[in-house]
Amino acid sequence: MLRDITLGQYYPTDSIIHRLDPRVKLGGTILYILSLFFVKNILGYLVAALFLALVIRLSKVPFKFMIKGMKTILFLLLITVIFNLFLTQGTPIVTFFGKVSITYEGLKLAVFMAIRLTFLIIGSSVMTLTTTPNNLTDGMERMLRPLKVLRVPVHEVAMMMSIALRFIPILLEETDKIMKAQIARGADFESGNLLQRAKSMVPLLVPLFISAFRRANDLAMAMEARCYRGGDGRTKMKPLVYEQKDYLAYAALAVYLVISIGIG
Amino acid sequence: MSLILEHVNYIYGAETPLAIKALDDICLEIPDGQFVGIIGHTGSGKSTLVQHLNGLIKATEGRIYYNGQDIDEKGYDRKALRSNVGLVFQYPEHQLFEIDVFSDVCFGPKNLGLPKEEVERRAKEALAQVGITEEYYTQSPFELSGGQKRRVAIAGVLAMQPKVLILDEPTAGLDPKGRDEILHQIKKLQTETGMTILLVSHSMEDVAEYVDRIIVMNQGRVMFDAVPREVFRHYKELEEVGLAAPQVTYIMHALQEKGMQVDVDVTTIAEAAEEIVRCLETLH
Amino acid sequence: MEIVKAKDVVYEYIRRDEEGNIEGILKAVDGVSLDIRQGQFIAILGHNGSGKSTLAKHMNAILYPTEGTVWVDGKDTKDEEELWNIRQTAGMVFQNPDNQIIGQVVEEDVGFGPENMGVPTKEIWERVEESLKVLGMYKYRKHSPNKLSGGQKQRVSIAGVLAMHPKCIILDEPTAMLDPNGRKDVIRAVRALNDVEKITIILITHYMEETIYADKVFVMDDGKIAMQGTPREIFSQVDALKSLRLDVPQVTLLAYELKKRGVDLPDGILTIEELVKELSKCH
Repeated sequence: MLRDITLGQYYPTDSIIHRLDPRVKLGGTILYILSLFFVKNILGYLVAALFLALVIRLSKVPFKFMIKGMKTILFLLLITVIFNLFLTQGTPIVTFFGKVSITYEGLKLAVFMAIRLTFLIIGSSVMTLTTTPNNLTDGMERMLRPLKVLRVPVHEVAMMMSIALRFIPILLEETDKIMKAQIARGADFESGNLLQRAKSMVPLLVPLFISAFRRANDLAMAMEARCYRGGDGRTKMKPLVYEQKDYLAYAALAVYLVISIGIG
Repeated sequence: MSLILEHVNYIYGAETPLAIKALDDICLEIPDGQFVGIIGHTGSGKSTLVQHLNGLIKATEGRIYYNGQDIDEKGYDRKALRSNVGLVFQYPEHQLFEIDVFSDVCFGPKNLGLPKEEVERRAKEALAQVGITEEYYTQSPFELSGGQKRRVAIAGVLAMQPKVLILDEPTAGLDPKGRDEILHQIKKLQTETGMTILLVSHSMEDVAEYVDRIIVMNQGRVMFDAVPREVFRHYKELEEVGLAAPQVTYIMHALQEKGMQVDVDVTTIAEAAEEIVRCLETLH
Repeated sequence: MEIVKAKDVVYEYIRRDEEGNIEGILKAVDGVSLDIRQGQFIAILGHNGSGKSTLAKHMNAILYPTEGTVWVDGKDTKDEEELWNIRQTAGMVFQNPDNQIIGQVVEEDVGFGPENMGVPTKEIWERVEESLKVLGMYKYRKHSPNKLSGGQKQRVSIAGVLAMHPKCIILDEPTAMLDPNGRKDVIRAVRALNDVEKITIILITHYMEETIYADKVFVMDDGKIAMQGTPREIFSQVDALKSLRLDVPQVTLLAYELKKRGVDLPDGILTIEELVKELSKCH
């Protein structure tokens, strides 16, 4: 059940997007998202859609994996659309019960918001689907390196994130297992009021925390046994070096930005 | 009074293109009081199969009957089913959560809505069945040894007083003595209470001595379903799918090849020793 | 020369109550001395709680003895200056395959050790490739560890240690959570490392059949070494092993039962071939 959550999990294949420097992908994603908020007309969104489609095509990740991420935020999307639809002032198109009305402006805004959010989610899934979490944290670590001067433990934070990402699927599986084991002992996680439900979580959460701590303990020991001692003096198996394709990608990004802001 | 499976199929991720057939047309009948070993390697579908039997997983197709009633029928009392068909998961000690041993064992019967006296009576009985004495009742379950934790966790399911007890790899990670102790206790339970036992394992050797019947699972299908000696006759086919018959089977076959007139169907060490001695004596 | 040497090692776990007062002291390791020579295949047997894992953790300076000394490749494990050298010389593989893989991709995990050691990038790649090939996991190098079987995960972990170019690998119950196939694969890989790469292997286990190829077996009980010798010497003593909560391979047990019934057989038969050969003689 819980294992089916695949939001943003790495999709292993070999493509030009996969091989790009994570800094390009991180920077690109941020700029792309920003661009979505500057665009104000259909033509602009068309350009954004084209650009996204091109990137997805190049990434060789099946489109359905991108859509999968959407399911989890469908609710959020729906709320945004409804709010925009009904709460925007302007020229009414339809009126219900003489009070609530859908306006032309509201409709436009709702459509734009939906498109924006969809593109935003798909755009960031492209990044997480094509970049291994390790690679991604490497990229973040490099981009945030200047903060080290301010004594921000950049390496440690990055390492923590990458470990957390590695253990998410394992802990989800474990949750599923413990849940089933307690259901087999007659536990009920579904009915009752809020308080009863919160109480019924205890038999799930206690074992889960114990397991997480045990794993953390084991992992720390395994890391030490493999000579881990923080970021100092560490070399990289996959050091981040910009190559020609990365500069090309930056150039493509720049072209996209100019066009989208130009017409948007 | 039995468990019947009719053409059960189970497909993981049924609506996605990544669908995997985990169970493929399973038909089984498990009568009351039988001690059954379900053998297969990781991914053979054995764990998925047993989770169907108490309704934790719903079959994609096919029917499962407990005491003649379809467990997937609307209005069927799932909670009652789960108290009748107890399931002990692999590494069950990972599901312990209460502050002391006794409360943890009470969790199951309490969920059944029984009165306090009955809950405690059952918990005491279950703990006695797994050989945990009263001095441990107030201890934290997390301070026990690995084998003790395992037994407390099994007691947690026994306290629901199931008619059918399913154990998924109950000896995983235990040392040889711990393994034998658990298996003995389970056998004792079966003979004393007449409980039906389903023991999931990947080791033929471990279960050969105890079970009445072995069901071999491979790639989601039932590959063999017979008494141990009959299953072990297929030791070459078992090997092809990455399973092995007990060493005894290999020894007896090797001896037969060398011209000794031994019965190759024996399954335990004691039987094998008798058989070899008998064979040597007739020679002299 | 000894790769691992322990002299009178004692390790105490101190249990404290909620106020921090000492509640009890448990001697997990109690006066252990042993010498392990370079290139040997050593097995340490013992039931759960016999102290074998605690002893193992002394061999790459994860734990330090309360009393006594452990030397790895001639270096005292208490010497902080040598800590990283010791951990590189004596690599360690743990029981739970999930809890020791750090990387999200197999090759990245194998590269983790060399990265920590400051090995230059190009050489890391060479080491990763070589290690994965030795363990037969090269074709999985781009896979996520979560998608591998238990036996495969353990082989990745061993590759991760091998990439650090250790002289000695300590495996702390590496097969306890695996199915029979996974166990076979891991043991085969470990034996190959010993045979081909000449790496000293210290295998901690409670599966008897995994120790029959060892040069020497130590049996632990209650923190002490209760028995030591070649597998044949150890497995001749069926009753002694049983009293230590252990057992012997079925074939050894059968030979033992036959002897009890008056069949003339030598002690400590370890393989089916041996038993069949001996019985043919009687025949």
